[in-house]
Amino acid sequence: MTTIERPTRAFADLAQHDRVAGSLYTDPEIFAEEMSKIFHRSWVWVAHESEVPEAGSFKTTQVGDQPVIVTRDRKGNFNTLLNRCRHRGATVCDQRSGKANGFTCPYHNWSYTLDGRLRGIPYPDGYEGVVEKNDFPLQKLRTESYLGMIFATFNLDAEPLEDFLGDAKIWMERFLKQSNGFPTKVLGSHKFRFKGNWKIQLENTTDGYHFPMVHKSWMASVDAETASMMSFMDDPEAETHALGNGHSVAIMAAAHADLDIDDGSEEIQPRFQHLVDELTEAGESPERIRRYMRSMHGCGFNLNMFPNIAMSSSFFRVLIPISVDETEVWHMAIGMDGGPESINRERLRIHEHFQGPFGFGSPDDAEGWDRVQIGAGGNPNMPILVNRGEKREYLTDEGWPTSHVTDETGMRASYEMWKKMMTDD
Amino acid sequence: MTEVLSFTDPRVLRAIQLVWQEAAVLDAKDYRTWETMYTDEALYVIPIDPDTDDFESSLNMVYDDKRMRELRVQRMMQGYAPSAVAAARTVRIVSRFTVDEVSDTAVTIKSAQILNAFKRDKFSTIGAEMTHKVVLDDDGDKIALKVARLIDSEDAVSASGYLV
Repeated sequence: MTTIERPTRAFADLAQHDRVAGSLYTDPEIFAEEMSKIFHRSWVWVAHESEVPEAGSFKTTQVGDQPVIVTRDRKGNFNTLLNRCRHRGATVCDQRSGKANGFTCPYHNWSYTLDGRLRGIPYPDGYEGVVEKNDFPLQKLRTESYLGMIFATFNLDAEPLEDFLGDAKIWMERFLKQSNGFPTKVLGSHKFRFKGNWKIQLENTTDGYHFPMVHKSWMASVDAETASMMSFMDDPEAETHALGNGHSVAIMAAAHADLDIDDGSEEIQPRFQHLVDELTEAGESPERIRRYMRSMHGCGFNLNMFPNIAMSSSFFRVLIPISVDETEVWHMAIGMDGGPESINRERLRIHEHFQGPFGFGSPDDAEGWDRVQIGAGGNPNMPILVNRGEKREYLTDEGWPTSHVTDETGMRASYEMWKKMMTDD
Repeated sequence: MTEVLSFTDPRVLRAIQLVWQEAAVLDAKDYRTWETMYTDEALYVIPIDPDTDDFESSLNMVYDDKRMRELRVQRMMQGYAPSAVAAARTVRIVSRFTVDEVSDTAVTIKSAQILNAFKRDKFSTIGAEMTHKVVLDDDGDKIALKVARLIDSEDAVSASGYLV
């Protein structure tokens, strides 16, 4: 090869079954197309119900590159509103989260209700015969939730959320079993950015292959039982299923994939003995305590939902695309609302150990992703390989393409969805 | 409101000396020495919630007791962690000291820290409100509590490969 030619822009050619073009990470025009064809059309996760617990609760976030407010209104309904005043475009809410009666633009004080209706305009005489308030609500996205997970879409014609989630719903339900019958509650969020494209993170959630290499220092720092639980490289039961619509599930610890199933063979980790003692003293039954302890590390799998949310072992992973080469990641710790506080606290410590900008895991992931972004800028005609395990992939009875958890079945599924959406004109 | 520092109190000067020493040790990435600057019961915390003092019940960026500090130092030095191997170079300034409490055995002192980090052609700055509780001891003063409240703690923080 003596020259580097500008690669094709035909999306169908850029994402093939076993490889994708490096320009998918680096081309700003492709990123702009992804915003309009994927993030402005698909269901995008915006909040967990526990973040907007009562009437007036709100949080701000993004749907792709679009700033939105997620609210719970007086009727208890969830709303997702474009955070943009209808008058001159200022954001009407500048807080990360909180409680409010409505939102007032700071510029000329146009005010809106929790469900986005335009409530008041100061000095309205200038608008007589010009502006009818009913015609200028905040732009409202379609908003639906399933098992507490709230999604929104700009696409008013999108299929129902539950259809979009499809077989991912089975795994959402299994994931939430780690709350042991209590409502799931977001306990806090680690947020960081890396200098790389959003799909690098999307891939990583279903990338079992990197774990023992990138996270060697974390493995060296945990107790033997936890290290053993995450030693799935040669475990034939550790598999990844592609679930349709770009969703996939990567099972690292099969014994925890359904916490209702307990063959009794698992020893409770000695590191949790102080909790066992405390709960015993508090009068909890041995069966209940065993269940709590088995759920301490979460559910044993990463459920990766296209395009922006994962229910990942014991936390939610949210990705927010900032630009073609920058992505924000939130790792949201979860616990039991009303459950034993000692267990919630222990879960926070486990989360802090791996996640966040000073955790023993996340910074090493981010280092790898930064390096992918830099390296992938080299010869854009050289593909990114997503072919690991292609020849050992099989279909389960459910119809799920499946291979080992270290294989790239989940990535192939995501890129298949990417291609479908990007070529759907 | 805390009192502005009195530069004449030798107990306070000992505390400042230790805080400055810690800053130099962290810039030098001399984590073995850093570990010895803390008491066995000490906590090192980088909280997320800017208002809380109940760190145990909150999600933090760092919540290290002695055991976690030891593991953290091992991780930073053993050569397995890609982010530690490729850590940014840092220079940090700690100043604007104010004294919260002072006795013959302990000093609680607040300060401001500006840290400049450089990695791969990019500078980044971290600003933090610091609290140190320093235990005064003739055998050597030590840190009994350190809380680093990053001014962007509720938003995206990128600080891989070094300690604040």
